[in-house]
Amino acid sequence: MTELQAEKPRIGVFVCHCGINIGGVVNVPQVVKYAQTLPDVAYAEGNIYTCSAEGIDSIKKAIREHNLNRVVVASCTPRTHEPLFRGACVDAGVNPYLFELANIREQCSWVHMREPEKATDKAKDIVRMAAARASFLMPQEESEVPVDATALVIGGGISGITSALCLANQGFKVYLVEKEPELGGMLKKIYKLYPTDEDASKVLQASAEAVMSHKNIAVLTSAIIKAVDGYIGNFEVTALKNGQEHKFKAGTVIIATGAVEFRPTNMYGYDKYDRVLTQVDLEQVLRSGKPAMDKFFKPQTVAMIQCVGAREEKPPRSYCSRLCCMVAVKNAMLLKEWYPDSEVYIIYQDMQTYGKDYEEHHRKAREAGIKFINYTKENPPEVAHLPHDKLRLTVYHALLGEKRELNCDLVVLSTPLVQQESAKELSKILKVPLGQDEFFLEAHVKLRPVDFATDGIFVCGTAHGPKDIGEAISQAYAVSSRAGVPMANKKVRTEAITAVVDRERCIGCRMCENLCPYGAHRVEDGKSTVIEALCKGCGVCAAACMRRAISMRHFTDDQIMAEIKTAFMMETPNLSVTSSLEGGK
Amino acid sequence: MEDKFEPRILGFLCNWCSYAGADLAGVSRISYPTNIRIIRVMCSGRVDPLHVLEALRQGIDGVLVTGCHIGDCHYITGNQACEKRVRFLKETLGQIGVDPRRLRLEWVSASEGGKFARIVKEFIEEIRQLGPSPLRKEIQEIVSE
Repeated sequence: MTELQAEKPRIGVFVCHCGINIGGVVNVPQVVKYAQTLPDVAYAEGNIYTCSAEGIDSIKKAIREHNLNRVVVASCTPRTHEPLFRGACVDAGVNPYLFELANIREQCSWVHMREPEKATDKAKDIVRMAAARASFLMPQEESEVPVDATALVIGGGISGITSALCLANQGFKVYLVEKEPELGGMLKKIYKLYPTDEDASKVLQASAEAVMSHKNIAVLTSAIIKAVDGYIGNFEVTALKNGQEHKFKAGTVIIATGAVEFRPTNMYGYDKYDRVLTQVDLEQVLRSGKPAMDKFFKPQTVAMIQCVGAREEKPPRSYCSRLCCMVAVKNAMLLKEWYPDSEVYIIYQDMQTYGKDYEEHHRKAREAGIKFINYTKENPPEVAHLPHDKLRLTVYHALLGEKRELNCDLVVLSTPLVQQESAKELSKILKVPLGQDEFFLEAHVKLRPVDFATDGIFVCGTAHGPKDIGEAISQAYAVSSRAGVPMANKKVRTEAITAVVDRERCIGCRMCENLCPYGAHRVEDGKSTVIEALCKGCGVCAAACMRRAISMRHFTDDQIMAEIKTAFMMETPNLSVTSSLEGGK
Repeated sequence: MEDKFEPRILGFLCNWCSYAGADLAGVSRISYPTNIRIIRVMCSGRVDPLHVLEALRQGIDGVLVTGCHIGDCHYITGNQACEKRVRFLKETLGQIGVDPRRLRLEWVSASEGGKFARIVKEFIEEIRQLGPSPLRKEIQEIVSE
């Protein structure tokens, strides 16, 4: 038994008014008064803003003066403010895992604004649950693992190239693995970049050359990732090049595998008529230059159809690919510049030219005479073949409310970026998730946009979802900074919320080993052992263990049961019902 | 004894999607009745059948478990494990004389604040129709004896 287990819990409760956010609905003084009556609560007070400098000082002062060994703050969601309050505890000598947040704002005052009395009762219940849980909290130590200052970057498109360069320039060793024979990815297929009309090839060339000649970067082209074992700081990578295995160690892994253009098979005559192209097909024609295109044909009427195969009702392609509107605007302007007498139409559902200088580009296109026709999902355009390589496009103009017929000599389909086929395999190798759209799924869309839940693995560029070059480069910088942190520190703390096996109870049935998505349980000599650096703390094993041999640090059965038993004021004193969890942790 | 039956609902919410979804309902000021108390777990896969049974044994009228949508689990497959357990547990509840509808599993993403509020409202109404948990009555009888 540790010292703290022997020590009786002395809980301090701090109830926040959050200005009027909580105080305007919940009767905070009443909640404070109630908290003072709860078991193990040694001290309770109200604060106007507990997260302010005064509030934090007040917590620290109370910990010292009242000899508190656990802290409950009743305020907002733990998802934003837990680190701040944990910091206050640490400053006053209380282990950060002895802190608990009672969410009485997002999950109480803000959703029960018209029922102040009921909201006050509920806030009391929430504080009671948090205090009951706090009684069972235990201090936890985060363990430290060494980090190899080497990064593996998977994918040699503009995102991979940029992040490799950025990391190499910070002094880290980088392995860049590209499946194609040369670097470049999607940029190799593109002619000009919006909104500046720069040559994609020039942008690419400069970075690719810098990568190839950088002393810190080892480039493996025509190579794929076969296996990645280990964990942050200590990944064991096996790459396969020309049938030969290359093995090396890496401290961090960056996924920059990019995306591909959706091929609209059997849509609008694609694959059937030569003059129906996708935007990427068109880019390749444009890349060959105007003289070459002149020989091919001089377009008189061009129609671009937006959202082809995108924004569908159901996943995976229910998303907006975001860049197709600007691509269409850019290519329409290019065609108009090369062939001023031509008519260029953009047939769209919603124009989305978000971003710096983009809307201006859109406006210029309208001024230059590009014609925009609005269609709705219910009335999509139709393309039929006419003699002499002509195409008849019929569309119901939703704004004018009339049918339009265009005789085109070129129809361009704007299709979304979609995930690479190899992504599923890679997501299994690295044990990182894909979303419903099949793109790699970040740890948190706002707060951790380039991290994965798995430490030491990051994502940038279109592997994460459709984005343009500027956004992909920004993300490449972001991952280089994120991956650089543990590599610069040469060590990392691993999350203390992990599984613990009671070896006395474990019978080595391998249920946990089979269920664990991370391979953190290894059964050896008839007992399971947890590799803490691999465990992410989900608790799937603990809930499955028939022997109740597994407990989750910081989410023990005792802690959860304490919350269950105190959730409502029952007719019967609920704590008198003894736990049926024999040997429960 | 109460005149009007107010259902007591306990929610187990996963940290990454559903708890954030419930927070979003708050940020968006989407109101729902006060009948629910929430327990945050890291993953819906952490919810042990015994947690649900204990809640019911305490006289709670309905248990709501919410996790990330299938395919979006922060822990890759934790919600799939949860789905299997809930299916099994619903059968067991029927066998011990508790209406399986008292246990409900839903997927709520971090962006579905409105959906969370709607599910809570619906579930409270469903439990209101079902009436108090039979176990709650038993507890009252034991106490009054």
